[in-house]
Amino acid sequence: MTEHAITMRAVNKYYGAYHALVDIDLTVDRGERIVICGPSGSGKSTLIRTINQLETIQSGQIVVDGIALSGAENVAKVRRDVGMVFQSFNLFPHMTVLENCMLAPMKTRKVPRAEAEATARQYLERVRIPEQADKYPAQLSGGQQQRVAIARALCMKPRIMLFDEPTSALDPEMVKEVLDTMIDLARDGMTMLCVTHEMDFARAVADRVIFMDRGAIVEENAPEPFFTNPCNERLQAFLGQIA
Amino acid sequence: MIREFSSADVLFILMAIRWTLILSLIAFAGGAVGGMALALARTSQARALRWISIAFIQVFQGTPLLMQLFLVYFGLAVLGLPIDPLLAAAVALTLHASAFLGEIWRGAIQAVPQGQSEAATALALSYGDRMRHVVLPQAMRTATAPTVGFLVQLIKGTSLASIIGFTELTRAGQIVNNATFQPFLVFGTVAVFYFILCWPLSLLARRMEARMRLAVTR
Amino acid sequence: MYRFNFQPVFDNLDMLAHGAWLTVQLSSLAMAIGLVVSVLGAVAKTSGIKPLRWIVDAYVEVIRNTPFLIQIFFIFFGLPALGISMSHNTAALVALVVNVGAYGTEIIRAGIESIPQGQIEAGRALALSPVQIFRHVVLKPALRNIYPSLTSQFIYLMLTSSVVSVISATDLAAAGADLNARTFASFEIYLVLTVLYFLLALGFSTLFATLRRVFFDYPAGR
Ligand SMILES: Nc1ncnc2c1ncn2[C@@H]1O[C@H](COP(=O)(O)OP(=O)(O)O)[C@@H](O)[C@H]1O
Ligand SMILES: [Mg+2]
Repeated sequence: MTEHAITMRAVNKYYGAYHALVDIDLTVDRGERIVICGPSGSGKSTLIRTINQLETIQSGQIVVDGIALSGAENVAKVRRDVGMVFQSFNLFPHMTVLENCMLAPMKTRKVPRAEAEATARQYLERVRIPEQADKYPAQLSGGQQQRVAIARALCMKPRIMLFDEPTSALDPEMVKEVLDTMIDLARDGMTMLCVTHEMDFARAVADRVIFMDRGAIVEENAPEPFFTNPCNERLQAFLGQIA
Repeated sequence: MIREFSSADVLFILMAIRWTLILSLIAFAGGAVGGMALALARTSQARALRWISIAFIQVFQGTPLLMQLFLVYFGLAVLGLPIDPLLAAAVALTLHASAFLGEIWRGAIQAVPQGQSEAATALALSYGDRMRHVVLPQAMRTATAPTVGFLVQLIKGTSLASIIGFTELTRAGQIVNNATFQPFLVFGTVAVFYFILCWPLSLLARRMEARMRLAVTR
Repeated sequence: MYRFNFQPVFDNLDMLAHGAWLTVQLSSLAMAIGLVVSVLGAVAKTSGIKPLRWIVDAYVEVIRNTPFLIQIFFIFFGLPALGISMSHNTAALVALVVNVGAYGTEIIRAGIESIPQGQIEAGRALALSPVQIFRHVVLKPALRNIYPSLTSQFIYLMLTSSVVSVISATDLAAAGADLNARTFASFEIYLVLTVLYFLLALGFSTLFATLRRVFFDYPAGR
């Protein structure tokens, strides 16, 4: 039963009376890399935030890694297996880079301190900032902070990674260093869902690109046909805008 | 003789509010002058002025208002002046208000971006014109809400004048209580009067602050 | 010409020192209990249970818009009418706690609300429990944010506590009043008392600045 990484069936989400997710059906295979795009307010963040229950849904079913998202116990299990990277980094300002990376493994997976530290250093190496381990977030550039955030998520050894516009708060010269890190991760076979408007990134790594509009998935396709031959007219307009 | 707490007593207390208000107004007016002087001194180029201002504010914010009242009260005798509770209270509260308003207004002046003052200087405006036409009008926007907030603190502060024998609202309450021995009722009534004086000002200060924050984020 | 006479003050410095110690004890105890009241008040205010919020709002507004002197009169002289009577010192402590609890409620509430939502979400995404999020993510930055208001509130409380001498509670101001009644060197006594309060305030702000450097010395974020 666990061949799929994520299954969403007939998912609906409301903010009060506002219908934020409309009948979402989505299946993500293991190792699949998905890019989600769409106009602002179309529900992209809401969609990926339902996967680790930062947002609750009103109807439908979500199964992550074979675990149905219901009950506090299952939610905690899913969150341990799903890493998330935010647009605004959300590093903890009062902890060093190393401490940021060690907190969750030690508290939720009961990993011994020495092991947590070794893992943290290993992933900081991997995102190419091992020398920043003892600094505080405020002492790093935006690009460095976002790479720490990726390392922090990876320290939980997640099977799935969610990215919510990870480069849109960055200065242009820092976008590449973060995208390179994400490309590395994709090459290693991580299951990834990325909300991003970086179309070169989508072309380079995505297996599938999804276009959302007004809370619904209106088109999904492999990158090549998605970009060269879009069917939906709103997608055509959208692609015209960001090109 | 113990007698009933009557409407005449309520009237007596009510009339004493006048003195609470007069004392507050004197202290606020005096404090406005002193506070402006302190704020300007604190933000001036002259180091000596800055230090005097800092010391004054530190001392008056770092000591109890009650002690300030006693010091001025007994200090009048030291200066060979007749001991007068109203004079002592007015002087002490004025000094007290000067320090607090000075600190509030210093912050407001320093919150005006440096570029404003520099632009005015580049336009060859004098210090006086720079302050009057460029810096202070902008500082006033940040300063009004905390200034109104301080007024509440000042009105409450005037109650301590009762301790050196000035008959304002609190002391009127004590006098009535001594005659009727109904402390629950009497001090409850006095509290209600203070609340009626202070609460609208608190609400006003909060509304101003909210409006200002909105203007800043816009 | 007035002739200063500091002799009675210097002869009784030990008495004043003892009074200062009582003031430190009284205000520290009041602050400690007041903080508990403040946390409860802030939690009640942010709880979303409406009647609870109204009660706390009323408490905060009444205390902040009436003089401390009236509050202490009400508690010491007024409450016995309801069958609640206490000693001078207990009444002083209670009045200070009730007073600082109202201001503290607002400070703590602001501290909780000062933590960006994204911090809490990051904690949730990392599978931390609500208690772990409070303990490891919220607490320290929130304390850092309110530390300045909290410490100046303490100093303000200590200065305000001089008023408890009017109901004959024992503290520094009361020690001074005692001395004044015996020696009549009024100006000299109150000058020294003022200096002592100032030194206490100065000492505490130095202590707080040091503690700040020890506990909250991380570079501020945006
Ligand atoms: N907490 C919330 N409460 C109410 N409405 C919300 C909330 N979060 C998002 N929304 C609304 O839901 C819609 C989708 O938001 P979001 O998923 O953030 O869009 P996107 O990420 O595509 O820009 C928007 O119209 C937004 O205003
Ligand atoms: Mg979004």
